Amino acid sequence: MKKKLSLHMIGGRIKRDWDLYLLLLPGLLWYLVFAYKPMLGLRMAFYDYNVFRGFEGSTFVGLENFMYFLSGTDFVRTFTNTMMIALWQMLIVFPLPIFLAIMITEMRNKFISKLTQTATFLPYFISVVVVCGMTINFLSPSTGVINFMLQKLGMDPQYFMVKPEYFRGIYTTMTLWMTAGFNSIVYIAAIMGIDPQLYEAAKVDGAGKWRQITAITLPNILPIIVVMFVLNIGKMVKVGFEAILLLYRPTTYETADVIATYVYRTGISNGDYGLATAAGLFEALFALILVALANRVSKKISETALW
Amino acid sequence: MKIKKSSQLVTRNEKVFSFFMSVVGIIITILSLYPIYYVIIASVSKPFFVENGDVMFWIKGFNLESYRQAFAKDGIWLAYLNTFFYTIVGVMANMFFTATMAYALSKQRLMFRKFFTIMTVFTMWFNAGMIPLYMTFVNLKLLDTRTGIIVGFALNTYNLIILKSFFEQVPQSLEEAAFIDGASNLRIFYHIYLPLSKPALATVGMFYGVSRWNGYFWAMNLLKDDSKIPLQVLLKKLIVDQVANETEAGIITMDSLASPTTVIYAIIIIAIVPMAVAYPFVQKYFKKGATIGSVKG
Repeated sequence: MKKKLSLHMIGGRIKRDWDLYLLLLPGLLWYLVFAYKPMLGLRMAFYDYNVFRGFEGSTFVGLENFMYFLSGTDFVRTFTNTMMIALWQMLIVFPLPIFLAIMITEMRNKFISKLTQTATFLPYFISVVVVCGMTINFLSPSTGVINFMLQKLGMDPQYFMVKPEYFRGIYTTMTLWMTAGFNSIVYIAAIMGIDPQLYEAAKVDGAGKWRQITAITLPNILPIIVVMFVLNIGKMVKVGFEAILLLYRPTTYETADVIATYVYRTGISNGDYGLATAAGLFEALFALILVALANRVSKKISETALW
Repeated sequence: MKIKKSSQLVTRNEKVFSFFMSVVGIIITILSLYPIYYVIIASVSKPFFVENGDVMFWIKGFNLESYRQAFAKDGIWLAYLNTFFYTIVGVMANMFFTATMAYALSKQRLMFRKFFTIMTVFTMWFNAGMIPLYMTFVNLKLLDTRTGIIVGFALNTYNLIILKSFFEQVPQSLEEAAFIDGASNLRIFYHIYLPLSKPALATVGMFYGVSRWNGYFWAMNLLKDDSKIPLQVLLKKLIVDQVANETEAGIITMDSLASPTTVIYAIIIIAIVPMAVAYPFVQKYFKKGATIGSVKG
């Protein structure tokens, strides 16, 4: 049992370790100013907020902003798109690095193994602006390399960027290219950590490669897969909106406009701070609930959880 | 990261499997590198060939006019300089705020340690979001200031946790010995922990460096003055907005040495080069950081 701290003791400890608290101070202040103080700003969601007049001069509207957002057509569209893009991320962008990691560790040719790892890792360093610029250029109907290839195969050039039906595929492929190598690192490290004797034993028992992967590799890295999944689920809901902001056009809003881009347009571009904050708060709470749920489920099925 | 030792027992099945994996690996390697390769060859080819789809695997009509025009773009040098400034000064601020706090949080004797730790981790799961954060910058008069960019993004919880878990692994005995000799917390931090933690500091520094170098969203929204914008914001104008309009393609003749498209490719390469140069040096740190960070969550 911990002893309860008396005021006197607290004073004594602060006196003894005053410089330790001094070290804590800058970071603590930073969190207060740039993480917790903005949370007070979430009040804006309940106001018809006017920047020039502040909270005193703005009218309190209760849940009106939420009602407006949730009942509008923008909500159906942005919510569906957010979920769809998150789903694509979960089904494609999340699992493929695991396969990539297994592949890289299974190669006996160390040179090719290293080469694959280095090559897939490289795009992670390129900024999202440049990657989006490349994507847009490659997909251009008149000068894009993708369309040249299609034409060589006898197909008509397509204006990919303005067609809503292509957006999710483009975005997912782009994200995969950028992040697969980086995301595979943690799985590679986990696979390296598996006791080699397990494989030896399996081989003696006559297990083929495929069997070794399903019976040893996958179960052994499952805890990390689960942790990564829970860690990422919040991010998936918040989907890489920086990239979407660069890629989408009014003509692709139908499939590309997510809650975060809606927040950006209504808030920072149009200055409707109350409504934008309400939509943002909805998104943040939704992500939080999903993370908590994923955490619970993973605790049940695999006894691994973040908390 | 060590590659596991190959075992004595190699069956035919394994050889076939490994061969198959290597083939897929080569295909993936090509897919990963081709986009970058294409931009390179297109940027030094004649636009006539590029825009007719004749440049696909090899350079055609080698010339560097696109690069000359790219470097002549308004503000590109200034934006480059700004990015260096934000990256260098920014990472220094990052390291100061992150290392000091991570050290304090790594100490059992810190009162309310648990509370402070939860307070930081909580922000990974829930944060105020874009608009309230933006308003915070407005209220603090940090709009259109370099200080806002440097200080406003001085800490990242993920990196804080990486450093904190590293500091926790340093043997306690070192610290106790120093205490007996009468060293203060500040001295122990500065003279014992920081030198011992160089690999971890480098890892976190790299993470911060890349995000500073590549950051565009907040720079775009917080900085209004063109003389302060970093490269990424300028790049957005030059290579994303430009194509989005899909206008003045102009007439590309056989003799043209540059076109809007090839200039964009040249700009892309100019933007990638510093990172590509740094890449071999930072790769190993990145691997370390990615592993510590995600396992310790």
